Amino acid sequence: MTKTVTDVICPFCGTLCDDVEVVISDDGKQLLEVYNACVIGTEKFLHSQSKDRVTRPRMHQPDGTWKEVSYDEAAEYTAQMLAKAKKPLMFGWSSTNCEAQSVGNEIAEISKACCDNTAATCHGTSLIAIQDIGLPSCTLGEIKNRADRIIFWGCNPAHAHPRHMSRYSIFPRGFFTGKGQMSRKMIVVDPRVTDTAKMADIHLQVEQGRDYELLNALRVAFRGEWLPDVVAGIPKEKIRETADLCKSGRFGIIFFGMGVTQSISKNHNIDEAIAVTKDLNEYTKFSIMPMRGHYNVTGSGEVFAWQFGFPYSVDLTRGFARYNPGDTSTIDLLTRGEIDAMFTIGSDPGAHFPISAVKPIANMPSVCIDPHLTPTSGVSKLHVPVAFNGVECGGNCYRMDNVPIDCRKVVEPPAGMLTDEQFLIKVRDRLKQLKGAA
Amino acid sequence: METVTITMKNQPALYLEADNVSPDVFAGKTAAQIADLHVFEGNAKGKLGAYFDVNGNAGATAADTRIVVKGDVKKVKYLGMKMSAGEVVVEGSTDQYAGAWMSGGKMVVRGNAEAFAATAMKGGELVIEGNAGNYLGAAYRGDWRGMSGGKILVKGNAGSDVGMYMLGGEIAINGNVDVHVATHAEGGRVIIKGNAKSKIGGQLVDGEIIIFGSIDVMMPGFKYVDDKELEVDGAKAKFAHYIGDTGERHKKRKGQMIYGNLYKKI
Amino acid sequence: MSEYLIKNGHVFDPVQGIKGDKKDIAIKDGKIVDKVSSDAKVIDAKGRTVMAGAVEIHAHIAGPKVNMGRIYRPEDKLFSCTPTKGMERMGGGYSIPTTFKTGYEYAKMGYTTAMEAAMPPLFSRHVHEEIRDTPIIDEGAFPVFGNNWFVMEYLKNNEIENTAAYVAWLLRATKGYAVKLVNPGGTEAWAWGLNCLSVNDPVPYFDITPAEIIKGLIEANEFLGLPHSIHIHPNNLGNPGNYTTTLDTLKLAEGYKAKNKFGREQVMHLTHAQFHSYGGETWANFESKAKEITDYVNRNKNITIDTGNVTLDETTTMTADGPFEHHLTELNHLKWANIDVELETGSGVVPYIYSPNISVCAIQWAIGLELALMTKDSMRCFITTDHPNAGPFTRYPRVIKWLMSAKAREAQINAFKHKDKVLSASSIGSLDREITLYELAQMTRAGPAKSLGLTHICGGLKPGMDADVVVYDFNPEKPVASPDLIEKAFSRAAHVFKNGVEVVQNGEIVSNGNKRTLWVDAKVKENPQVMRDINDKFLKFYSMTQANYEALGHHFIPNPLAIEVDATQV
Repeated sequence: MTKTVTDVICPFCGTLCDDVEVVISDDGKQLLEVYNACVIGTEKFLHSQSKDRVTRPRMHQPDGTWKEVSYDEAAEYTAQMLAKAKKPLMFGWSSTNCEAQSVGNEIAEISKACCDNTAATCHGTSLIAIQDIGLPSCTLGEIKNRADRIIFWGCNPAHAHPRHMSRYSIFPRGFFTGKGQMSRKMIVVDPRVTDTAKMADIHLQVEQGRDYELLNALRVAFRGEWLPDVVAGIPKEKIRETADLCKSGRFGIIFFGMGVTQSISKNHNIDEAIAVTKDLNEYTKFSIMPMRGHYNVTGSGEVFAWQFGFPYSVDLTRGFARYNPGDTSTIDLLTRGEIDAMFTIGSDPGAHFPISAVKPIANMPSVCIDPHLTPTSGVSKLHVPVAFNGVECGGNCYRMDNVPIDCRKVVEPPAGMLTDEQFLIKVRDRLKQLKGAA
Repeated sequence: METVTITMKNQPALYLEADNVSPDVFAGKTAAQIADLHVFEGNAKGKLGAYFDVNGNAGATAADTRIVVKGDVKKVKYLGMKMSAGEVVVEGSTDQYAGAWMSGGKMVVRGNAEAFAATAMKGGELVIEGNAGNYLGAAYRGDWRGMSGGKILVKGNAGSDVGMYMLGGEIAINGNVDVHVATHAEGGRVIIKGNAKSKIGGQLVDGEIIIFGSIDVMMPGFKYVDDKELEVDGAKAKFAHYIGDTGERHKKRKGQMIYGNLYKKI
Repeated sequence: MSEYLIKNGHVFDPVQGIKGDKKDIAIKDGKIVDKVSSDAKVIDAKGRTVMAGAVEIHAHIAGPKVNMGRIYRPEDKLFSCTPTKGMERMGGGYSIPTTFKTGYEYAKMGYTTAMEAAMPPLFSRHVHEEIRDTPIIDEGAFPVFGNNWFVMEYLKNNEIENTAAYVAWLLRATKGYAVKLVNPGGTEAWAWGLNCLSVNDPVPYFDITPAEIIKGLIEANEFLGLPHSIHIHPNNLGNPGNYTTTLDTLKLAEGYKAKNKFGREQVMHLTHAQFHSYGGETWANFESKAKEITDYVNRNKNITIDTGNVTLDETTTMTADGPFEHHLTELNHLKWANIDVELETGSGVVPYIYSPNISVCAIQWAIGLELALMTKDSMRCFITTDHPNAGPFTRYPRVIKWLMSAKAREAQINAFKHKDKVLSASSIGSLDREITLYELAQMTRAGPAKSLGLTHICGGLKPGMDADVVVYDFNPEKPVASPDLIEKAFSRAAHVFKNGVEVVQNGEIVSNGNKRTLWVDAKVKENPQVMRDINDKFLKFYSMTQANYEALGHHFIPNPLAIEVDATQV
């Protein structure tokens, strides 16, 4: 017999769909089918069932092989590493729950480490912009119920957030948007003709690296000022048409992603996009929202912020919190040779970082907490597999619009496997002993 | 003026935070006391004397104190931080935060300085004889009050984000500059003798930017108005005069919008 | 559990009418008792002031907009963070402290209970995570109801019982404490970029007025008999001339009597009244109408207020009054964050500098103090700064100094650049009243506790109550050499006990105690229609499922204290 677990939250991307249904075996040990999730989410659930999972920690041997160790031995290595390091870095946190993030923060504080999350290579630049200019935003339900002007700037939800348009932004029939997509106008700004761009009413194929100029031109157009004939490859008539289309709506939203957060100008792109949004509020109602990638990078930012005061790239080495991306951010710390121990959890820097930042990890004491075999686990000295959060254990997570949803445990993890939180508690308690902390 | 010379003798394995190396902290101290000041290598607290040979006593006040930093300090951060008077001379290149939050006195870096030099400068003078990294004379993260006074001269090139949120003072770059000059500025003056790339004066509320070399791409928010002759650094030249950022808010005086000004040498 | 005897202190307890008499306070097993054994640890309170732990009735200390404030103001932490020290976690944030710092700073000042002023229900998990991570102090949170779609639809049809059923359901789903209204109707209007600036402006589409929302929620609140009354931030906050809107709002409470088993006597609590007591038409002729407001409050006993004192600092404004924050950013051009919340509410955050050189700021400072000095019944007027809106809560000792010392007020007035304007636009110059310690205890302990319906638990030193006791190094019998000593004494308590555990000693944290989260569990008759309406809206309009909205497991609230209310017989 089988059971169906409803209201399951998908632990993959920042869309954090919470209407997933998962069919499990009666004994709660096997995950059989997934309903409502997109292809990526479905795979997230199903692949947890693969028979060749690593289920115990393993230490990288000098000859390149791996030797299985116990969780206690793994906690010992980790605690020793953090206790001895002068400037350890605890990176990732984006694919685990807030309870684990909180224990991680305790560890970082005791060991006087730097801690950072995947925003450092993703929406960290959005956070910098928000710190400079603010963020007029709303929850996703507001978009569903009210929005009639949807702009996707530098993002491709058709591929990266597959159910976003159907759950929130283009297709739903909300309270004031009974005609669904027919009551909405869609604008896509992207140098590429993506699958998302193909759906747009207006596709602005912006010249690469000139988003900042195009955003500036929109602001100039709002004020009716002079514009050059072409800005960022877009003719001024098109720019004015787009500006008018935005103004004529009754509720607009700009969604944006890596296309602008990690191309030249970075935070300035977002800053100017937020300025565009703020300007539009003089004419109508407009909001802006980052398309967060990992399902709980937002949560990591929230927990860092309420406990330490800053949302990412936090330096605790002096016993109090400091923040300045460029100095305290992970890529810079790694490439400049600032750190002497690397702890990775809930992320895969080995796959996503520039190689100059990955190489140092191989040359220092390093721990990787991840259920998978990844490029990061491959270069680390210790690999600790854990239960899949949101599948094999529950825990709070924050959606891209900062809404908190408590992930559910759907199925048992393989026998004897710990969750992130359980392993971190072992590390914390051992570290406290080593440091003689109160 | 009394001179204290500190000479690097033990390179840190990581980087050194030397926020105590400033005339204000050294003032009134003997060489032995200065050697006893703390420095940090990551979370490890050490003494200045463990990394540097310290010679000479400081003056009674910051204004009476001159600090000379010798040896390879490319991995030393925060030299001259928060200085309000006196002098700091770094005889080579240094790392981040050179002269950050300084409010007076004079600092010279005879080599390059990395990012965040002269953050939120309030007064005094900073000279970088080599190149400056990103965020020269910029505001601290989130603060709308950036550099408000003082003078910065970079003889080489500068990176991106020069003078972000600038309110006053002057930044002069003899070489070239990277993207984003005087973003969000509300006052002050930036002079670039070399070439600029793009995103100059973005979101500028007020202030002055003078560029002698080329500009790859002009912001659409800058509108040409006329040609002007200006005297800069004792020399006169003709400049194309632009006002902007026309997409941004501006103050009004007697009903007239006060724009920022961008001058590009013809 | 431990026994303590706090000996020979000058006790100020309005619950028992003790006005500074030398009395011993005995603590056993977490409660105040009549006497203890000789094993009790003795605390010498000779020459010192003893009061119950203070009760913060309104502050923004936990939740999404508070954290947005932290995230977007790194400069609020620059050079002002405190290091890890012994059992104290590191802290940071001048106007928006981190959660650990919040708990420690309140405790060090002798505060033992605090209410988070506005919880957007969709974000209840976030609010409770932050409350859980705020050490020592008991906390509760007020879910917002004044722009809620269910409430507006039910009240449009005058369905009080349905409204009450929904209120009870939402309090349980979010583990909330009271019915909060912020800019009723106006924040829903703001979802379209509009606002409701008077109590009679209809809400777009929902076609109900703020007055109808307010009256309906008063009726629902009394139908249920909740411990606290409605807690209201009226329309038109912050605008010159808004005192008329405030009076219109207060008048809506006329004729209603409090109905509850908690000793509460008010039917409306007006919060941060300072922001709502403005006269004039523009900033140029801006003036105080504190007298008009206090005259009304003095005559109408079914109202309580808190002040919202301006502290003359650089701070961060944050409120569920979204349109006001947009208005503020248009005025001062500082960074603006806004979070509209589907079906429920909105919020905004904007930094603000209350400069003593700006006459408007100085007059605002005067208004906050006038309200406290001109209210006759100190059991109905409480001290707040609407933290962090008018100033950080860490400034309470300074506000206390200004209230207790006319000399300190005078010194501040003389330091204003536009002193003459302040004196002509307010009556602060003519007020020589100095709050007594007994009145202070009323305004910061017994009064707020009673207003919240918590008289049986905290705010006093009567045997049977929780042993939340504070000893200040302040001798009521000695004349104060300088008013600054008042500020100093109230900044760092000599001893603080929370539920009978010593948490602060000589201004230092010595224990985290075992904080509780207070919430109200109101039982009503089964109401299938309301349940169906709730199911329906989740299915169609919310972006989260109902089951996930209601998920608020033990890991969010490890130590709950449910205040039970039985409204099934109504």
